[in-house]
Amino acid sequence: MRTSRFISLLAALALAGAAAAGTPQRVVSVNLCTDQLALMLAAPGQLISVSRLAHDADSSALVDQARALPTNGSRAEEVYLLAPDLVLAGTFTDPATVAMLRDLGIRVELFEPARSLADVPANLDRMGRLLGRGAQAAEMIAAFERDLAALTVDLEPRPRAALYYVNSYTAGDRSLAGDILRVAGFDNVAAETGLDWGGVLPLEQLVMLAPDVIIEGRDYPGQARAEDNLTHPALAALTHTRKAGSLTDRDWICGTPQVLHAIGAMRDLRLSLEPAR
Amino acid sequence: MKLAAILSALLAALFLGSLLTGWAAATPAAALRALIADDGTPLSVVMQDIRLPRAILAAMVGASLGLAGAALQGYLRNPLAEPGLIGVSGSAALGAVIAIQTGLSLAFPLALPLAALAGAVAAVLLILMLAGPRGGSITLILAGIAISALAGALTSLVLNLSPNPFAAADIVFWMMGSLADRSFLHVWLALPFMAFGWVLLAATGRGLDALTLGEDAARAMGIDLSRLRLMLVLGTASAVGAATAVAGAIGFVGLVVPHLLRPFVGARPSRLLWASALGGAAMVLAADIAVRQVLPERDLKLGVLMALVGAPLFLHLIYKTRREMA
Repeated sequence: MRTSRFISLLAALALAGAAAAGTPQRVVSVNLCTDQLALMLAAPGQLISVSRLAHDADSSALVDQARALPTNGSRAEEVYLLAPDLVLAGTFTDPATVAMLRDLGIRVELFEPARSLADVPANLDRMGRLLGRGAQAAEMIAAFERDLAALTVDLEPRPRAALYYVNSYTAGDRSLAGDILRVAGFDNVAAETGLDWGGVLPLEQLVMLAPDVIIEGRDYPGQARAEDNLTHPALAALTHTRKAGSLTDRDWICGTPQVLHAIGAMRDLRLSLEPAR
Repeated sequence: MKLAAILSALLAALFLGSLLTGWAAATPAAALRALIADDGTPLSVVMQDIRLPRAILAAMVGASLGLAGAALQGYLRNPLAEPGLIGVSGSAALGAVIAIQTGLSLAFPLALPLAALAGAVAAVLLILMLAGPRGGSITLILAGIAISALAGALTSLVLNLSPNPFAAADIVFWMMGSLADRSFLHVWLALPFMAFGWVLLAATGRGLDALTLGEDAARAMGIDLSRLRLMLVLGTASAVGAATAVAGAIGFVGLVVPHLLRPFVGARPSRLLWASALGGAAMVLAADIAVRQVLPERDLKLGVLMALVGAPLFLHLIYKTRREMA
């Protein structure tokens, strides 16, 4: 039993060596966002493992497809034993892991976290080329741009919205979340405070800004005092502000076509504000 | 009485200062008008739902810590006894963290202060058992180090085991304390427990005065020492437990304040009790103003500031008592 597994591992390693020049045959993803890009674009059997977060329904937008694949804990040892010929990682993946895998002769491709909607077609294109699936990627890019145009809201006036996450974090205009708000027809109040990427928005400042809408970050499992800011009574006391509930995190964090779900939800929110105005 | 008037005036001034410190730019007059206006404007919300509970909580927490420090020092007749240093605050934080992480505090809000109280009771009993009735400095400090380290380690362990990605970041809050974005929910949660603790600790005054003459003399004066001890344990645990449950472990308040005020009360423990309560409230209010002035965007922890003031004093006290410790 064990010997046969070892032999198949050796065979796989040999195969990996052979295919290194051409299209990768054993692709391992160790980052939630590359998981999703690869799940959408890889040929059947090409992607052999996804990161552990990909199986978490709150974080992963493609959890059903991901559950068909085994997960990895994103550490060099287990990734190496999967005998990949291409590892997909994020620029925030532990640099020691990336360096180790590269030292072991494995090709590692790093994807930056998306900072705008323009990163979505760019990511699809790059992933398509890496996986030898350029045609599928081009199709997806066209569909994404068509859907994005259809969802874009161009109504005046633009309500002032605040994204308010755990620990009083907010996202600015130069972030993916900020871009989602913009396309859905909102102005981001973070811009009024000079936060363009994002950062801490003190509760007192948020209240003084009195945005038209507050969209809260997700509630994580378990308890943390850091989440208390989301339930502070001062937010409820703001009578002219609509509390729009919490966002579906999985559609907001990765630069993949799943952001269209987030844009759709924000568009619905924007349109629901219309008659009252 | 003069001291009481001075401390009260200081407390009132700092309370006002705390109300007028914060992110929102507003003239003091507009801010104070917004404090009583019922108009739902953003400034009223800031004043009534953010700053007012914060200032009240700072005063309550400071009074609890100052009072508990003075009472512990009086009972152990040792100026190094302080709820933070001897591990009472740390153990209370452990209790609070367990209540939050098990979900108990969600189902039953009072579980939070109750669990903190239980942690604090355990620590006070352990300290009194280890340090003995006379409270020798070495045993007191060593026992305090051990209890603090154990409570801190267990708090970190519980938070690291949490499925919540932000729980581990809460370690800093529980070890250093903060009043940022606390609300009236926290005031109401802590107040009954603190008030109970204040009453018990205030009632120890006569016993502590008698105890300055020694245990035999105190007994001869009709002081029931085991009752005094019980009041001290429950009072300290109740006040410090409730303070820690809502604001985290804030160290050194109970060390610095009684030390500063002792010369003004003729070294009488009973007078030091109320003076330290007022002084502690003033000190935490001042520290909470400072953390908002120094780094308004960051939630600078109160414990950082208190340690900067308190740790050198602690070293000074150890230096002074080194003959006893040798």
